[in-house]
Amino acid sequence: MTLNLLVAGLLFTPLAWAVVSLLIGFRAGRWLAGAGMVLQAGVTLGLVWTLTGQGGFEYALGDWQPPLGIGLRVDGMALTLVLLTTLVASACGLHAAGYLEADRPGQRYFWPLFWFLWAGINGVWLAGDIFNIYVGLELVTLAAVGLVALSGEPPALRAALRYLFAALAGSLAFLLGVALLYGAYGTLSLRLLAEAVQADGTGSAALALMFAGLAVKTALFPVHAWLPPAHGIAHAPVSALLSALVVKASAWVAIRLWLDLGPVLGSSGGAFLMGLLGTAAIVWGSWMAWCQTGLKKLVAYSSVGQVGYLFLLFPLTFAVSDRVAELATQGVMLHLISHALAKAALFMAAGNLIWAVGDGRIVSLAGAGRHLPLSLFAFGLAAVSIMGLPPSGGFTAKWLLLQAAWQAGQWGWALAVLVGGLLAALYVFKVFAACYVDKASGDDFHYPPRRLDLMPLGLAVMALGLGLVAGLPLHWMGIGGAP
Amino acid sequence: MKAGVVTVLALLLGGILAPVVVAVASADPGTSLHTLVQTRLEASGVEHPVTAVLLNFRAYDTLLEIGVLVVAGITGMSLSRAGARAEPELRSTNTLLHALARWFVPLMLLLAAWLLWAGSHRPGGAFQAGAVLAAAGVMMRLTGLPTAWIAPGPMLRLGLSAGFSVFLLVAAVGALTGRAFLAYPPLLSGPLILVIETLLTLSIGMILLGLYVAAAQRDGADE
Amino acid sequence: MSPGLLYALAGMLLFVMGLAGFALLRHLLRRLMAFNLVGSGTFLVLVGLAQRPDGEPDPVAQALVLTGIVVAIAATALALVLMRRWFDLTGRTRLDGEADE
Repeated sequence: MTLNLLVAGLLFTPLAWAVVSLLIGFRAGRWLAGAGMVLQAGVTLGLVWTLTGQGGFEYALGDWQPPLGIGLRVDGMALTLVLLTTLVASACGLHAAGYLEADRPGQRYFWPLFWFLWAGINGVWLAGDIFNIYVGLELVTLAAVGLVALSGEPPALRAALRYLFAALAGSLAFLLGVALLYGAYGTLSLRLLAEAVQADGTGSAALALMFAGLAVKTALFPVHAWLPPAHGIAHAPVSALLSALVVKASAWVAIRLWLDLGPVLGSSGGAFLMGLLGTAAIVWGSWMAWCQTGLKKLVAYSSVGQVGYLFLLFPLTFAVSDRVAELATQGVMLHLISHALAKAALFMAAGNLIWAVGDGRIVSLAGAGRHLPLSLFAFGLAAVSIMGLPPSGGFTAKWLLLQAAWQAGQWGWALAVLVGGLLAALYVFKVFAACYVDKASGDDFHYPPRRLDLMPLGLAVMALGLGLVAGLPLHWMGIGGAP
Repeated sequence: MKAGVVTVLALLLGGILAPVVVAVASADPGTSLHTLVQTRLEASGVEHPVTAVLLNFRAYDTLLEIGVLVVAGITGMSLSRAGARAEPELRSTNTLLHALARWFVPLMLLLAAWLLWAGSHRPGGAFQAGAVLAAAGVMMRLTGLPTAWIAPGPMLRLGLSAGFSVFLLVAAVGALTGRAFLAYPPLLSGPLILVIETLLTLSIGMILLGLYVAAAQRDGADE
Repeated sequence: MSPGLLYALAGMLLFVMGLAGFALLRHLLRRLMAFNLVGSGTFLVLVGLAQRPDGEPDPVAQALVLTGIVVAIAATALALVLMRRWFDLTGRTRLDGEADE
């Protein structure tokens, strides 16, 4: 009974809040959002509590067991991601409440889209049915596109359209894979598919199509070009949501599919290709970040690079010992979490800096070091995790990945991890160098409200501290699903 | 040059996928969901298997799908800058169209109602009915019949979310009464599905029509 | 060749054609139509493969396609609204810097 209410609460709250905030305005939506966040946090903690007590489970929606109905997979990994979402989305929402101008036309539609996005992301974490994953990803995509286009200005429209087209093409490639799997095995439940699949060309082709689609949606190199404009042009809290959570949703689907179906349907060639593209993404994304002149574009390209690490999972879990696979999975998941925390903090801190200096170019930040120590401090703390320095979560994640690469004897991936850290340091210091240039002319800073610094600071501290308490999320993520 | 490369790649992809499709079509999956749907059809509250899958067995998909539609409608409204202003230049003055509209609009409303009702035992249902409803609305707008209610405003916001809200409430009641999220009370599933479908029809019609209206914005740009 | 396979192969052909169009076309409306071609192809594959030689159609596949169609319509309508506003503000029918045809 309690379990029922917890799961239902998790699904119901964001959807209900979306509808109600559609009927009220932006200002009232803020108060409503606060209540929703508290509720969502309570439900999430209740579920994590249940998980540690009795383990994961499959929740049959509508009381119809799979394969007839749709099952939710409430296990350690999914719930850890739900908890991450509660933290990051709440911070972004609170930031948006102060950052967005309440009186602009169209602003009233922010909260409904925000809540629909939240609902979709939670849906994707928990999904245990491949068609339901498709619908969940579409909900996430359309809400995200709507948020990017919110300002209605031509650059935003252009970025939104590019994003929409890329994401739609990716979804349909994914759906074709679903069609092949359903035709071949007669079920959509991921758990039942994992039991049914056999090593043959059909399943592998389907899986390849799905990964191709997910790679587009996750902005894996070389199909990443849509991401920097979309994440660069959106309002800062929206960019934070997109980079921290939305790209992770499709990456998570790839991870789950690979962990479930990869051992049977995967191939070492395919796994190597994914690792190679991930490495290329790390190098290219970080390099392009360093080349940028706009602050938010730099942070957006950093996401292209950071997403690359997630794809090292493929070679490091295929045809290796169980210990290596475990290390690699832990490393990738921890990287996903620490990047989500750190990147959300970076975007919000960048938004505060841009608010203060009045434009988004990096050179305009001159003097910010003296006048905006707090925003810059949050930016720096988050950057520590992006660079992978101790004691941050980014460091522990990379350390686990290095160990996995070492034990598997696959040196190349270790090199990719190290080079990525160095390149990240380059682009982070580019920002700091600009901030500490002394400005000759008088200062014309518009100080943003102080409370806007709290959200990036909080998330950055969490990203930094994650390395010290990494045992806890790793323990949770080790708790499996239905026995 | 680019066209050539893309054509070759497309042919290559087709060449890989065609044998896969043939292999899947000739394989027997063993388990068949089809028979499972038939055996549980009675418990679903509707007679038509597709409607049973959409609104009962896989109702979660449908709930999220309506959510996707509402999101599209919301984004459409957020981009609509035309306001409630009627746009005479978008109106047709064709007398034939006017004469036809007088006949067609009521007929289409009837057809939508029939499609909705038919969904419980034969092909039909909320989406088809909603699409016909929206088409009737488009016709009204083209011929200048009053459509001020579809302009972005409280009415439209309420209308486009009504179906989704009721669906969501029923889903939550399922969990509150100790069954599961989206589980209908045993004896009420038929009537509840009909109520949900009716409101969904109205909402879907309003969303599609609202998007049509939102797209046709004229800010004095050239034509 | 069973009718189901015929549908599935036709769908696959549409999918590949649409994808090629998606890669080649720059006019926004044509890209959107290419996307819809890809979508229709995918749906055909989905119903075609679920259709067994013994005749009866699979209601689950039909329900999935119906859901897919609604999602595709929502996405198409959203793209149209975005494109229309883009055109009104910039007078262009494509996203890149090239001149319109």
